[in-house]
Amino acid sequence: MHELSLCQGIVRIIETQAKQHGFSAVRKVRLDIGALACVEQDALSFGFTAATKGTVAEGAELAFIVSPGHAWCPACSQRVEVKTRLDSCSTCGAWLMPLPGGDEIKVKDLEVD
Amino acid sequence: MCGVCGCSSESAHRHDEAKHKRLIEVEQNLLADNNTYAARNRILFGRRGIFALNLVSSPGSGKTTLLVQTIKNLGDAFPIAVIEGDQSTDLDAERIRATGVEALQINTGRACHLDAQAISQALGGLRLPESGALFIENVGNLVCPASFDLGEAHKVVVLSVTEGDDKPLKYPDMFHAADLMIINKVDLLPYVSFDVQRCIDYARRVNPDIEVKQLSATTSEGMEPWLAWVRAGVLRAALQRPNNATKYHYVSA
Repeated sequence: MHELSLCQGIVRIIETQAKQHGFSAVRKVRLDIGALACVEQDALSFGFTAATKGTVAEGAELAFIVSPGHAWCPACSQRVEVKTRLDSCSTCGAWLMPLPGGDEIKVKDLEVD
Repeated sequence: MCGVCGCSSESAHRHDEAKHKRLIEVEQNLLADNNTYAARNRILFGRRGIFALNLVSSPGSGKTTLLVQTIKNLGDAFPIAVIEGDQSTDLDAERIRATGVEALQINTGRACHLDAQAISQALGGLRLPESGALFIENVGNLVCPASFDLGEAHKVVVLSVTEGDDKPLKYPDMFHAADLMIINKVDLLPYVSFDVQRCIDYARRVNPDIEVKQLSATTSEGMEPWLAWVRAGVLRAALQRPNNATKYHYVSA
């Protein structure tokens, strides 16, 4: 359940932004999550509700934008999109070589009042 | 779109904060705080010539036994310190201290992993193993510790043959994050249906670069390649230490 720690990270980011931009309430938090990131969306949502209690982000909606990961197919010699680290090539079925990235977890933007 | 409030109006208009919601671009990594502490730890390790390893596994893979045996073999060669992470008790730190090496126990309470800030704090309470090795034994958990950089040189994943050879596929994030996989308890291979080659194939599927060592910490079978790997890492860290000439005290074991 490291998602709770991650949500505490979200709260810290929001509080810093609140000081910089001077807002008092957050309506929506959009996260950008790589498909290969080691997180569970349901656990994040659960942790978010707990971590934001009593903060400017209490009651805010948590939305996810999932961006795909990529891997290299040695058989087709091309870069393919993947959803998990175990995906095979969708064209030829070969095992894929992992490529860096696809595991980022970022706060993309905040909708605030 | 209005750059101030994000509404669709192109012409100049008043901004009534109460009516207008604003969109603030953030683009910040959730792990930014952790990664800052990790970077600081890494700088400290670099300056003091410390080869830091983050040992991860499921509970019961034999991490502590491996550490005890490693210390018995290398403890005379260079300074060693250990940070132990467990939910509760300092039983593991006690086992390490019994070897004469300094060990600091972090009890994570409800948390399922060590983070870089906890390590940073622990380093303040530890005699640093300068030009030596720091072993960080993470909480027994093959999921959460994968995401948290502690500032280590390498994550080392320990897998015992009693666990099943398909672990790398079941917990791909951890095997992807690790640089070395230790297959432990190989003395028990005759009694379990663990296919070593299949396990290695699975691990290389999620991480083609992962190194593999097979050993038994209990019988010492296969320990030497692991010890040599640690020695080489310590030597590298000590030699890369800035102005190291006088402080370098590596003794060949």
